[in-house]
Amino acid sequence: MELSGEYRIAASKAEVWAALNDAEVLERCIPGCEELDKSSDTEMSAKVALKIGPVKARFNGNVTLENLDPPNAYSIVGEGQGGVAGFAKGGADVQLAEDGDETILTYQANAQVGGKIAQLGSRLIKSTSAKLADKFFANFRDALEPQEENTEG
Amino acid sequence: MTEGIGARVLRKEDKRFLMGKGRYTDDIVEPNQAYAAFVRSPHAHAEVKSIDASAAKAMDGVVDVLNGEQLTGDGIGNIICGWAVTQKDGSGMNMGAWSALATNKVRYVGDAVAVVIADSIEQARNAAEAVEVDYKILPAVAQSMDALGTGAPEIHENAPGNVVFDWEIGSLEPTDAALAGAAHITEMEIVNNRLAPNPMEPRSAVATYNNAEDHYTLYTTSQNPHVARLVLSAFYQVAPEHKLRVIAPDVGGGFGSKIYIYPEEITCLWASMKTNRSVKWTSDRTEAFLTDAHGRDHVSTAKIGFDKDHKIVGLKVNTKANLGAYMSLFSSATPTYLYATLLSGQYNISNIYCDVQAVYTNTVPVDAYRGAGRPEACYLVERLMETAAREMGVSPVELRRKNFVTSFPHETPVIMTYDSGDFATNQDQAIKAADYDGFEARRAEAASRGKLRGIGFSNYIEACGIAPSAAVGSLGAGVGLWESAEVRVNPVGTIEVLTGSHSHGQGHETTFTQIVAERFGLPTENIQIVHGDTDKVQFGMGTYGSRSGAVGMSAIFKALDKVEAKAKKIAAHVLEASEDDIVIEGGEVKVAGTDKTMGWHEVGLAAYTGHNLPEGMEPGLKETSFYDPTNFTFPAGCYICEVEVDPDTGVTDIIQFVASDDFGTIINPMIVEGQVHGGLAQGIGQAMLEGVVYDDDAQQLSASYMDYAMPRADDLPNYSVHHASTECPGNPLGMKGCGEAGAIGSPPAVINAITDAIGNNDLSMPATPSKVWAALQAASAKQAAE
Repeated sequence: MELSGEYRIAASKAEVWAALNDAEVLERCIPGCEELDKSSDTEMSAKVALKIGPVKARFNGNVTLENLDPPNAYSIVGEGQGGVAGFAKGGADVQLAEDGDETILTYQANAQVGGKIAQLGSRLIKSTSAKLADKFFANFRDALEPQEENTEG
Repeated sequence: MTEGIGARVLRKEDKRFLMGKGRYTDDIVEPNQAYAAFVRSPHAHAEVKSIDASAAKAMDGVVDVLNGEQLTGDGIGNIICGWAVTQKDGSGMNMGAWSALATNKVRYVGDAVAVVIADSIEQARNAAEAVEVDYKILPAVAQSMDALGTGAPEIHENAPGNVVFDWEIGSLEPTDAALAGAAHITEMEIVNNRLAPNPMEPRSAVATYNNAEDHYTLYTTSQNPHVARLVLSAFYQVAPEHKLRVIAPDVGGGFGSKIYIYPEEITCLWASMKTNRSVKWTSDRTEAFLTDAHGRDHVSTAKIGFDKDHKIVGLKVNTKANLGAYMSLFSSATPTYLYATLLSGQYNISNIYCDVQAVYTNTVPVDAYRGAGRPEACYLVERLMETAAREMGVSPVELRRKNFVTSFPHETPVIMTYDSGDFATNQDQAIKAADYDGFEARRAEAASRGKLRGIGFSNYIEACGIAPSAAVGSLGAGVGLWESAEVRVNPVGTIEVLTGSHSHGQGHETTFTQIVAERFGLPTENIQIVHGDTDKVQFGMGTYGSRSGAVGMSAIFKALDKVEAKAKKIAAHVLEASEDDIVIEGGEVKVAGTDKTMGWHEVGLAAYTGHNLPEGMEPGLKETSFYDPTNFTFPAGCYICEVEVDPDTGVTDIIQFVASDDFGTIINPMIVEGQVHGGLAQGIGQAMLEGVVYDDDAQQLSASYMDYAMPRADDLPNYSVHHASTECPGNPLGMKGCGEAGAIGSPPAVINAITDAIGNNDLSMPATPSKVWAALQAASAKQAAE
């Protein structure tokens, strides 16, 4: 399952890059994130509660940052175990481009699920993933430009 | 005789079902009963690096958490395949090991790695969630063609290239030569979609170990409790046979899926011994999709050749059969001896060759499902015949008729000997009932409403009873396939029939009673059928392959012969007449041509008091029989399906469905019609709705009724069911078997009708609206291009 998107953020590329590497910002922006602990500059562990179709699960997972090209691009890769609900893994390639004093963020993501989530919720994975991605980037944009009303995305 | 052979006797068993008093395995409650919950792999293929059950064991109510190493450590044997198939090169099958609980590797989503035993089902399930399994994920493969590809992951190390076996039947060179000289050849790729069996009652087991007697009792959802006991003792070493009682009480449907002895039943018995508790497990619906043996899943290429007079000269088939992650009990027989032996269909074909590659994939094991091999053969042959008729521009009715086998016995090139049949009469009956002559007018009328109307045929033949023990033994079966019965006449004249057949929806308690009633002229209420308990019934091979009539009832028939003979001897002695003059009718035992008579109950009493028996005769009136048939039986028939397709949406409605079947002797027409209706519903389900879906990582995506479409009442027409019978010469009742015919014969009739409507032969099952619509667009595009 693959997704992609583009967002315009009213912040400089350096600010966006810093936020993308800030565990606290990520924790606030990842939908359902209950905990995000940074164990090194590129490794984090996370607890995320999600509901996909009829399956509700708490995922324990690891997140790794790869292919770092500051402040232009990185890949974020993760996998999580949701107990009897199954597992999810995936990643996104994120690129930043300067456009005046704003930044254009583009991403291409892929996600894979297994176990009960796949058995019961497969039809809902794409729409749920798209919704979660939208929510994440909307949160992320709000985190960087908290007072502005923005309808793009 | 209103309750004898041929009577529409209402089902005796329905009273308790309708009153909610059926007693199923999950209804059994043992004192001190605990519950099992299995820890199952969410991965299709992975190494099991470690299992940490410490948190689970500490949870409330948890009795124990057991794993595969403990199970194999206790000497519990690997799961067997009961039919050894020999490969083309003479070697045996490349069978991988299957442990009831996986040890170092899991091979499909749902493969169990551990089991939690707890005081309540909730505690067991919660604790199962707390068992931490560390997996190293391996690449997985779901489709047989992918598993055979270069670079595919290896699923069992002793099955190189994932080939379980490469098998052939028929003659290659003569078939190639015949096809080379053919005037017309029709060639198709034919896929038979993977199905989940979906019996209404999910599988269940209640196991009890009694440490005072070193004895085990297993209640389980089985179609063949004696086979289960034999396999559990002789191969899995769970308990010796005389220390294990297996009871299959009321069972709510099986369709083949309850033939096999699964990991869960084995584990429950062993866990009961380990924990000294009764252990119950009942599958939930998603677990059933993940663990009940699936059916079908063939990918075939087929080539049929005709001479200039439209006579078939040869048929060549290659089939890739997906067996899933492990070899289930009859998984090797289903795509070989139950499939390729029926490729001659109803037709005279001199040259047939078929080879089958059976393939391991990371999916649920595949085995016999209602029809088992014969639906795959019938679908292939009947789609070829219909398509060939269209390509050659001849009537599909005439093309079939021209090639019918008309004299019996008939030996096919694929080792079957058809014993009886009258295919033309079945076809005539079906054509008349379907008003085939009026079809073109109906098609025109539908076109005026903007609908596409199509008609499709299927002339099926199948093989039932699962044949003489010596024959199946020579083909690799590990068991004999006879059936046993015991007829006990009580001192008051009532009768108990103990049968090795097992009823799980077939209505045996009614039909079996009818042949006893017929024999002695007794009311059916005086007759009781006992089945499903290894402590009561002497032995039995169980119910599958539409064998309970032709084989199970024949065993009863033979035991009745012995009872009748002894009763006549007793009556002749008491009435001081010649044995040859004794007749039994209407519950009376009479001396023909005189007014001398005694009641049937008086014969029973005389047998058990022993006061006045012929010299040397043992008291009692109880006889047994082990009946081994002389051949398969060959039910056959003609099905016609008529559909209307909405060209804008691809939605297909079945307007009429006509069946004309030859089942030989019919004991209870109502029950036979019920079997046909159910079979047709399952076949139409396969053709239009059902299909197990895996993604590229071998995750099963259709494990609930939200995604797996079962046929519902409004998907199905009112069936028009007819019979035109020829007697089967192979058994004393002349029966052929009706349990699977509907599911075997209907899918090609449906697809042939839809492809007729849309003018495109390239359509696969299930023919969902989107597939039909796409095939229709492809046909229009092709027409426009021409």
